[in-house]
Amino acid sequence: MQMDGGTALLKALEYEGVDVVFGYPGGAIMPVYDSMVSGSGPRHVLVRHEQGAGHMASGYAHATGKPGVVMVTSGPAATNIVTPLADAYLDSVPIVAITGQVPYGLIGTDAFQETDTTGITMSITKHNYLVSDPNDIPQVVHEAFHLATTGRPGPVLIDLPKNITDIRNPDSAMTWKDPVPVDLPGFKPVLDGEPEMIDAAVELMLKAVRPVLYAGGGILKARGAAELLELAERMNIPVVTTLMARGAMPDSHELNLGMPGMHGNYTAVMAMQESDLLIAMGSRFDDRVTGKVDEFAPDAKVIHVDIDPAELGKIRMPDVAIRGDAKHVMRQMLDAIGTASPADHSAWRSTLSGWQENYPLAYEPAKPGDFLKPQMVVERLRDLSPDDTIVASGVGQHQMWASQYWKFDHPYTWLNSGGLGTMGYSIPAAIGAKVGMPDKTVWAVDGDGCFQMTSQELITAAVEKIPVKIALLNNTYLGMVRQWQEMFYENRLSEVDLSGPVPDYIKLSEAMGCVAIRVEDPDEVDAAIERANSINDRPVVIEFLTEPNENVYPMVPAGKSNSEVVVPPFQQKGTAQ
Amino acid sequence: MKRTQLTRTHTLAVFVENKSGVLARVAGLFARRGFNIESLAVAPTDDRFSRITIVIDAESAPLDQIKKQLDKLIDVIDIVELSPEDSALREMVLVRLELDDESKVADVEALVAGFSGSVLRVRDVQMMLSLSSRPEDLDSFLEKLEPYGVAELQRTGAIAIPGIQLANE
Repeated sequence: MQMDGGTALLKALEYEGVDVVFGYPGGAIMPVYDSMVSGSGPRHVLVRHEQGAGHMASGYAHATGKPGVVMVTSGPAATNIVTPLADAYLDSVPIVAITGQVPYGLIGTDAFQETDTTGITMSITKHNYLVSDPNDIPQVVHEAFHLATTGRPGPVLIDLPKNITDIRNPDSAMTWKDPVPVDLPGFKPVLDGEPEMIDAAVELMLKAVRPVLYAGGGILKARGAAELLELAERMNIPVVTTLMARGAMPDSHELNLGMPGMHGNYTAVMAMQESDLLIAMGSRFDDRVTGKVDEFAPDAKVIHVDIDPAELGKIRMPDVAIRGDAKHVMRQMLDAIGTASPADHSAWRSTLSGWQENYPLAYEPAKPGDFLKPQMVVERLRDLSPDDTIVASGVGQHQMWASQYWKFDHPYTWLNSGGLGTMGYSIPAAIGAKVGMPDKTVWAVDGDGCFQMTSQELITAAVEKIPVKIALLNNTYLGMVRQWQEMFYENRLSEVDLSGPVPDYIKLSEAMGCVAIRVEDPDEVDAAIERANSINDRPVVIEFLTEPNENVYPMVPAGKSNSEVVVPPFQQKGTAQ
Repeated sequence: MKRTQLTRTHTLAVFVENKSGVLARVAGLFARRGFNIESLAVAPTDDRFSRITIVIDAESAPLDQIKKQLDKLIDVIDIVELSPEDSALREMVLVRLELDDESKVADVEALVAGFSGSVLRVRDVQMMLSLSSRPEDLDSFLEKLEPYGVAELQRTGAIAIPGIQLANE
């Protein structure tokens, strides 16, 4: 079938089953947008800043399990999606980014809006393409989706010079051919673990007396939540769920100890630290989890399962390294366990429950007349919203409180920027998730710093009728930076005051087409949340005025051993062991 | 002058798809991950594939991690570590000498012959030499040439392929 490259791109996206593209038009991508006028191609969501499109694609991908698609023009638009690409790369989110490029013949001439997009994004994409021949479009797009979604997922970028998409340019003439199955000699992901390694792992698991299953985001990427639950129950092994794995195991399950790491709860942190066997499943020994690596879990043997072999031994040398997909490997482990019984973990379990009793996640309730406690707001949001509500957060204190105090009982209900720590992630990610899962309630828990970075996407939400809800925890500070300045820089506060008095978040939100509610009084919290949950035709912003000086606890200071975890002051009665 | 310290280096043969940008991907990966390249030589083997010989500084990162990260590049098809003992490993150097005295030409010619190198051209006090040999031979060749006045030199970096295996090995 004869057509032009622009039309072929839209056809190729349809061929891959794409139902929505988050994007923004501009010079070099205009021919593709022109092809959309005829009504062909997927739904397009017009964002207000290209960064927003990237995070929307990411939120969509995480919530639905399908790759997210972002399409923007060359130059500044391409550089505006660098942050979401890096974000998706570090959190292994499948995204396909389409960027316009100046006509092929002008590449290298510093043409208007020319950037070396493939060069710039080389180290923050799984792979990228610069297409010179429009006949290659169907196959390149097919490969890009395959790469983004297969093995360890990640972002893939396709750079399209304008001459090959512009119907008015003879360079764009192409013959559509359906893509052929992808055969890349340099990309052969392995799903099943080596049987000998599985047996070796099972042997360690059966013998361990203080085991911990260190569950990471790879389990969610592998759609392996059911296997995780089965393995944990079968072997009676306590589970910690990292920031990227929240929801992979129900928080209500007695074996789930919750989040480990710098702001993990005491029991999850100490369980890893004191364990004799860590089963790292799709997790990568991030510094925010391990604390000082040399002193991390000193007595633990390590089984490390990852689909990316480069993760095995990158930080901590495993005793048993298994290259494979978490879901497959857990199924193999269950088969290998057969009817064997694990060792007695009762002493270990009672140690853990002792810690849970002495050092629960807790905060001091607000006194009358005080600002709202952010933790309380998260708890009320959680209790008043549907069980399977999707929660997105930005980055900072509010992110940690959201992860700590929400109870995640379903996979794919927690979206956040774990690896890159991208402020401003939550609003666009929530929008993307809502587009993909329109029947679910989607809340963004945001901070005032993050809100000011990407709130313009609320215009997108209002115009496109994407009814997300934003809980803005306004503590008038860049709270996490303030907390570090307080704890590690002798409280020398430097450039963290956002008290304004502008913006007026209510007026700002209303101007962008949202229902906006300000809550100062604890007695108004529930009514505001219930009202927000009842609105389903436009975005809602609730501004909660929260305690400016609240700190996130527990905390393992950066670079310190996890054994030095600091619990909140009111729990610091005796020593923490 | 001595460039090759075999104890601290590893030699990798990397097979890649001969696509534009592949060298940038490999070099960029080394830069981003903080791996040090001692030398790098690349050329196509046919229309589809290229072969890169990379000599890496073994102390900059664990070899295993370097290989695994390289293998993640989609255009990288295979990586083989070549041991100095069991592989055919050669490097080439071009040297231009400016002698202080024409009478030394014969000395240099003898030196070059001793290394089985070539004298490419002689003009007055200027000599163009080449030598293709093992990198450590190039080291000692250049060391011996130094007193004669090396005006310019270019080494290629090592290229290597696995050696011939005996049938019963």
